[in-house]
Amino acid sequence: MARPSAIWVAGKGHMQALQLAGAWTADHAHDLEDALAEAFGKRPQLEINAPLKLDCAGILNLDTVGAWLIHRTRIELADQHGTVAVTGLRRDQNHLLSEVAQAEIPPPAAPHRQGAYPMLIDIGEAVVDAGKDVSSGVAFLGAVMAALFRVLIGRTRLRPAAVVTQLERVALRGVPIIVLISFLVGAIISQQTIFQLEKFGQAQFVADLIGVLVLRELAVLLTAIMIAGRSGSSFTAELGSMKMREEVDALQTMGLDPIEVLVLPRIIALLIGLPLLTFISSMASIGGGALVAQFYGGVSFEIFFSRIQNIIGMNTFLVGMYKAPFMALVIGLIACIEGFAVRGSAESLGAHTTASVVKSIFIVIVVDGLFAMFFAAIKY
Amino acid sequence: MRETIVTPEPDARDESGALVIEVENLTVGFGERNVMEGLALDVRRGEILGVVGASGTGKSVLLRTIIGLVGKRQGSVRVFGHDMDKVNPKRRRLIERRWGVLFQHGALFSSLTVKQNIQFPMREYLDLSPRLLDEMAMLKLQLVGLKPEAAERFPSELSGGMIKRVALARALALDPEIVFLDEPTSGLDPIGAGDFDELIATLRSTLGLTVFMVTHDLDSLAGICDRIAALGDGRVLAEGTLERLKSESHPWLQAYFNGPRARASHVHQRKT
Repeated sequence: MARPSAIWVAGKGHMQALQLAGAWTADHAHDLEDALAEAFGKRPQLEINAPLKLDCAGILNLDTVGAWLIHRTRIELADQHGTVAVTGLRRDQNHLLSEVAQAEIPPPAAPHRQGAYPMLIDIGEAVVDAGKDVSSGVAFLGAVMAALFRVLIGRTRLRPAAVVTQLERVALRGVPIIVLISFLVGAIISQQTIFQLEKFGQAQFVADLIGVLVLRELAVLLTAIMIAGRSGSSFTAELGSMKMREEVDALQTMGLDPIEVLVLPRIIALLIGLPLLTFISSMASIGGGALVAQFYGGVSFEIFFSRIQNIIGMNTFLVGMYKAPFMALVIGLIACIEGFAVRGSAESLGAHTTASVVKSIFIVIVVDGLFAMFFAAIKY
Repeated sequence: MRETIVTPEPDARDESGALVIEVENLTVGFGERNVMEGLALDVRRGEILGVVGASGTGKSVLLRTIIGLVGKRQGSVRVFGHDMDKVNPKRRRLIERRWGVLFQHGALFSSLTVKQNIQFPMREYLDLSPRLLDEMAMLKLQLVGLKPEAAERFPSELSGGMIKRVALARALALDPEIVFLDEPTSGLDPIGAGDFDELIATLRSTLGLTVFMVTHDLDSLAGICDRIAALGDGRVLAEGTLERLKSESHPWLQAYFNGPRARASHVHQRKT
């Protein structure tokens, strides 16, 4: 199709005309803008208030982009030359031009100022947000506890079906992956430990080390991190999309408390499921460790398990198990808070799901550190 | 007000009345069930075609089949004279650029502002300077009757009627020749729906659009549609002007066009 053009021609008498021709359509927008900019640069010396004409007879096609550019040119020329006549358009094209001319386009907004000042604002906002996170977390914990209390005293009923469904999704379906990663991590640690202990000729001590490490720290950490990624993210995404589609509002208008219906079953499922998974994870890690000890260190299963039985006390096992429900609570609370914080857009859903997983894992590790200090202090 | 029917002005680019969409012998189904069997329908350049039918007769499915979102089992769809099954992907893109679609729930990108939503197809397909891009977005926004202040808002902050208007502005972003509207007035109050109908009629005459409109709204049918096609039993039960469809003997058509709701609407007021 014909390239668009804008050329100045001398008309009769003092009349000057800008002759527009070619395809004035969106596809040629770049050429159009160039042609107009060039025509403006080469503007002939005109008397102020000399009559001016935009001759559009050569225009083949016109769409809204072309019509807008004609209108814009007309306005810009009119600033200096008074009236500018547009001639030569077909009837339908004129109709389009007059429709476009009715639009009021506001001038583009000035770009935002850059510098150190906005960065300070960002830092301040981040600090305030962190503070709000803590206070909203405490408020949410309170609401969940209140709901739990109402269930316990029988004011409202627990939804056993919902709890069991969530338990299946959180715990049962999580078993294979947790067994697999725990087994592998146990095996890897066992192998590296044996390499070091063999220097002293004391490879059998691998059982003590694996036992303490896995039961006290590793099983619960691995499980909590896995659950934060697996179940925490799905809680946030579920609650978030329910929130986006006004399903949460619908619950509320039916007189149901979203915390009771949506949050409580999930948190109870986590509270039950995470200790169970932690136990499974411990066993799988020790199994992986024992297997590698047999093949790399020549430590037989009899020696390995008898050491575990004699050296590892019940308290070591219980330390890991005590921590599991707290991890569950942290993951559940953060996932649900982030889910309810989702606003209208798909982007917001993604951002809150990410935040849910990242915050959960971070807090899980912080809580684990606090527990380590606590148990060391009470010499348990 | 609603009686302002704008007659299309002759478009010199193409002869008016030429067929822009030809659907022949179309069979579409899901699983065991065929939603339509051997359906045939033509759309002429410059007309507003209203597609009606009871729920589940495949109005939206027909629209989605024509634009290629739903696969078909048999038959052909020709748009601008090209058989959509036989065109290569590149030509298909070119054809897709010449139509715009207004989805039932707007389908605005929720993470983009109104302005960015309208600019999205322009950025992808056109080579516009930033200034022109902004101006065009504002222009389209005002063409659909929205204030410039709406430009920086996000879709979640808009009312139902505004969402429809923004979605229409986005559908018009590339100056399409055909617009497909899936229930454009559903969820709007009667006054808002009336305004929207008028807007579509005005845009049709200004921009020379061909409109394919799936609708339930009897007022839209009476007010702005040039031709109506009624779907049922997997085919087009009847097509033609409103007057013709009202005289059809099919029980559903009788119930639809001569029922109590029809009598209350402009379908009958127009006759008097």
